[in-house]
Amino acid sequence: MLPLRVRDIAKTFVMHLRGGLRLPVFSNVSFEVGTGECLVLGGPSGVGKSSILKMLYGNYGVDAGEILVAHAGRPVDLAKALPREVLDVRRLTLGYVSQFLRAIPRVPALEVVADPLIARGTDKAEALERAEAALARLNLPSELWSLPPATFSGGEQQRVNIARGFISDHPILLLDEPTASLDAANRAVVVDMIEEKKAAGTTLVGIFHDEDVRDRVASRIVDVSRYSERKARQ
Amino acid sequence: MTEAPILEVRDLAKHYGARLGCTDISFDLWPGEVLAVVGESGSGKTTLLNCLSTRLTADSGSVVYAMRDGSRRDLTTMMEAERRFLMRTDWGFVHQNPADGLRMGVSAGANVGERLMAIGDRHYGRIRDTALDWLSRVEIAADRIDDGPRAFSGGMRQRLQIARNLVTAPRLVFMDEPTGGLDVSVQARLLDLMRSLVRDLGLSVIIVTHDLAVARLLSHRMMVMKDGRVIEEGLTDRVLDDPREPYTQLLVSSIPQA
Amino acid sequence: MNAVTYNFAYLDEQTKRMIRRAILKAIAIPGYQVPFAAREMPMPYGWGTGGVQVTAAVIGPKDVLKVIDQGTDDTTNAVSIRAFFRKVAGVATTTHTAEATVIQTRHRIPEHPLKEGQILVYQVPIPEPLRFLEPRETETRVMHGLEDYGLMHVKLYEDIAHHGRIATAYAYPVKIAGRYVMDPSPIPKFDNPKMTMSPALQLFGAGREKRIYAVPPYTDVKSLDFEDHPFEVQTFSEPCALCGARNVYLDEVVLDDRGGRMFVCSDTDNCESRRDETGAQS
Repeated sequence: MLPLRVRDIAKTFVMHLRGGLRLPVFSNVSFEVGTGECLVLGGPSGVGKSSILKMLYGNYGVDAGEILVAHAGRPVDLAKALPREVLDVRRLTLGYVSQFLRAIPRVPALEVVADPLIARGTDKAEALERAEAALARLNLPSELWSLPPATFSGGEQQRVNIARGFISDHPILLLDEPTASLDAANRAVVVDMIEEKKAAGTTLVGIFHDEDVRDRVASRIVDVSRYSERKARQ
Repeated sequence: MTEAPILEVRDLAKHYGARLGCTDISFDLWPGEVLAVVGESGSGKTTLLNCLSTRLTADSGSVVYAMRDGSRRDLTTMMEAERRFLMRTDWGFVHQNPADGLRMGVSAGANVGERLMAIGDRHYGRIRDTALDWLSRVEIAADRIDDGPRAFSGGMRQRLQIARNLVTAPRLVFMDEPTGGLDVSVQARLLDLMRSLVRDLGLSVIIVTHDLAVARLLSHRMMVMKDGRVIEEGLTDRVLDDPREPYTQLLVSSIPQA
Repeated sequence: MNAVTYNFAYLDEQTKRMIRRAILKAIAIPGYQVPFAAREMPMPYGWGTGGVQVTAAVIGPKDVLKVIDQGTDDTTNAVSIRAFFRKVAGVATTTHTAEATVIQTRHRIPEHPLKEGQILVYQVPIPEPLRFLEPRETETRVMHGLEDYGLMHVKLYEDIAHHGRIATAYAYPVKIAGRYVMDPSPIPKFDNPKMTMSPALQLFGAGREKRIYAVPPYTDVKSLDFEDHPFEVQTFSEPCALCGARNVYLDEVVLDDRGGRMFVCSDTDNCESRRDETGAQS
């Protein structure tokens, strides 16, 4: 059983507030990702790379097709799964590092990072220890650790987000431009972290604008524009 | 994922004379799940909450509740004595206006202790210790235990109401606009507190709100109501980030971007 | 006004039957407040209209009536009600607890132990013990029905929280036969222990609120409390200044404007009887 198989998924946004305007994003998207592989979604911006990632995470609905995730020893189709099944898949199998941190009021950075581990049942003290290590590795100044990240700079927030996404041992990790607002040194740290995940057998699907990073981490690149309805229309 | 739902709602309907309250409501609530019911005033969400919590009698349909002993009981046919017992032990109900859920004439300690006394605790010292513990969990200073809620700010009153509800370790909590009418900073503190309590205690929650930010922060799953019916439901971030129905898209697009 | 023109004991027979039915129901459900159609009486509310109607419904020509007000037989209220029944029922009256068959009382239970066959009729201003915290009558009725009495302890909790002890000194709530919580009327809690397993029948009448309730003979009456703050009665450091009695309820009497005061029996009949027996004082 492959960790992730995508078969013929399609997505159209219907904008009811604009007179039911239909915005086809893509159709017939199919790919598979193996264990320890890092699949990079390529193509020009605006073709719907982020939308695919959000569909893989269950964040966007899917109009057609299947997203089969190997979850707890069986395939779960995220295109049709119940909300609680999606949540369970997210808790145990599927991690996501987005470009932007959705900050929760009053929760300090350290706890934001440790949260996925605690949700998976790790002892709180151990989870916080690992969170400290992850933030230190990403060069986030330790005086920020106990502060809520809402007031952090974009780069600082992104590092909190990366630490949070990488801390747990999800078998599948989705990366949405994780290095977008990072300096060269921190970008290098993230590249190392991705390589470590691959070596540990984690399946990754990512979007990277930075060609240098992309070439270093990609096992394979799929050009999404061939599925894109927008491109087809042009 | 093998356990059973804590609440199974089927074809619930409530009319006020000829006027529709809510209808065709069916869903399951699972242990530890937080369900947000959103919609504007008059959409039927509060009617639904009151029917589920047996504060109102539904016209038709069933609400099956998984009791602590594992038996499954239809709340719509349960006797009042049993319903009241559930409401003061196994359930909580957090009102928008704390004055509706608190006894304004007695101290904070008595407000928290009332449920314990109602279920037969007759040891003053133990009741007081438990009250102190709960006050600290909702971030109310121990030296306020003998003050009445009238001496408290709106945010404190709401936290007191939460403590009063949670003291018997309920499994299911109903919340009706719990952050309504509070300042934004006070709201943020309350939301964070509710979020951690819900998670630490593994509560199942049905929260009615018109504030989508509250729904996003607290809930796993959402139901959008309009004109007494559920028009869209699903994972909270899915509904908010990829709304399908025209009305949901209108709701989501109406959120001011802070 | 000629008393002969009134029916025996003032009330007409239909009214008395109605009240007796309420009393029978009250006895059958100890501690439960039975509504009844209270009549206007020739005295203002607060002067014992409830008690007088209960007394009128149970008294017979051979009964001997005693009336006390806060323990004494000689206050205006007690004297007037005694005179009322002498006039409208022609019954004998007494001040001696042991001689009486019907005792109407405002806010005390006599010190002399009651016996079988006696009826103690309490005048009740507010029959609902839950009203202090729950003003809705519809709700308090449901609470009684469902035995939902946590609220009573909330009141006691507040006492301890604010005063360090249960400060309620009168109208101290009791549970009757393990079921209904009842307001024993504003008797001092000192008298509460006399209620339990009493050989006498205890009837309670609230005229303004139109409620009757009862404690049948030999019924368990438990004063509510906490395990770590058990029910306690008032204690007095000195005996009665007149008769020397201990373990009785004493009134404080101010003697002058220089702080002079004495503690004497609240139950005047008991005090006088003791003094007569010992010849200590006239």
